[in-house]
Amino acid sequence: MQPSNRSSRILLPAKSWFIYFSLIVALGLVYIPTGRTPGLPDWVALVLAFWCIREPLRIGMGAGFVFGVLVDIGLGAALGQHALAYVVLAYLVNGLARRLMWFPPLEQALHVLPMLLVSQVLMVVVRMIAGAEFPGWPYFLSSFTSVLLWLPLTYLLLLPQYQPVDRDDNRPI
Amino acid sequence: MSLVGHKPPPIFRRGPAPLVRLLLFVGLCLAMLVSDLRFRYLEVFRHALTVVTYPLQMAAATPADVVRNASVYFATLVEVQRDNAELRRQQLGSGERLLRFELLEQENAHLRGLLEMSKRVQTRSIAADILYNAPDPFARKVILDRGAQQGIEAGLAVVDASGVIGQVTRVFPVQSEVTLLTDRNQAIPVQVERNGLRGVLFGAGHGRLELRFVIGSADIRPGDRLVTSGLDGIFVPGLPVAEVTLVDREADAFATIVCAPLGGVERSVQVLVLGRVQLPPPPPPKPEPAADKKTRGR
Repeated sequence: MQPSNRSSRILLPAKSWFIYFSLIVALGLVYIPTGRTPGLPDWVALVLAFWCIREPLRIGMGAGFVFGVLVDIGLGAALGQHALAYVVLAYLVNGLARRLMWFPPLEQALHVLPMLLVSQVLMVVVRMIAGAEFPGWPYFLSSFTSVLLWLPLTYLLLLPQYQPVDRDDNRPI
Repeated sequence: MSLVGHKPPPIFRRGPAPLVRLLLFVGLCLAMLVSDLRFRYLEVFRHALTVVTYPLQMAAATPADVVRNASVYFATLVEVQRDNAELRRQQLGSGERLLRFELLEQENAHLRGLLEMSKRVQTRSIAADILYNAPDPFARKVILDRGAQQGIEAGLAVVDASGVIGQVTRVFPVQSEVTLLTDRNQAIPVQVERNGLRGVLFGAGHGRLELRFVIGSADIRPGDRLVTSGLDGIFVPGLPVAEVTLVDREADAFATIVCAPLGGVERSVQVLVLGRVQLPPPPPPKPEPAADKKTRGR
């Protein structure tokens, strides 16, 4: 595994526990009660999209569904609303995963933005069919702030997989 | 499928195709959405899973609590003194009203006793603070700092100093979720204070309320106060709810009546959760379909 397919650095394989740990931390960040402030990033969608690109065989629609249901319960939203959005997001990102690995993180972010928007539009459509009022255009700001975090998040989540460039033979491990 | 009829080796087997899995999951999600939003079947499931998410939620709420407590702690002395003076003034005013109220209540009880009418509904109340707006941007809900451990139940009315602001819809161990009157899915049975005309008040979004199913020729005009009718058996009757701001009789067979809430639905911080002490009498039994089965049997 490399940071992207054009890079010559070889990464250690991603550990399963770290993948799920990062998703649970994202869940905790989503649970922070911030009221109705628009434009806060959807951490779970972001981390889920990241792992769907890096590990399409391990993280996919199943993880999207489970974490979507957990987000729904924590936020008091309709049960299945975030699950539906994350399942569709995971499907779209998984499908593009092989291609996205050829791009540097900034261009990956540009690819992820429309997919995050699609998942948000889905949630709006589902809730408006159920009779809720339109939450206003600032609701969609969330996708844009999420995408701004793509670059720092890529470095943060890949950090445990990096190994030192020059091996020191005197080092014990 | 290989040519010789063997199954592919396990390293190539990856379960059903992505599109099939997508359709399966989307179907499952839609079924959950319909059964939750339309029929409310999944409340038990939701409660069971809340046990799993609760520790994480509590951990996530800690930074918000710290910020709120710190802001309270660093409130300036001047602010506290001003608040104190204001509260003393209010206390004086309400004390005088309370004296008159007690007198009136005694008189009322006496008169009711004379008339042999049933006693007024007994109420119980729990004071609570609104912690924050619920994060779901599609609904108008707030979270209170009192829950099942303090005796809050789903269905109780939530009032502030000037009127009803909502109803408890979900109860957690130490928190509860209140749906505000302005939510599109919230309804409250009311009557006009002036003449007792009954109706049902619905949230209309954007902070407005709408009185529906009132005939165009009904006696109602802007400025009328609406109070709870108590016909639902849940709300305490006689709580002020809203004031009529606009009546349009031309629209349809029913008049379009727009109201503004009297309580600070989107503003208040301290609230009171009100409930009835006794349960209301059970509704009259429905006519049994067994009767015509019997006649058909004959």
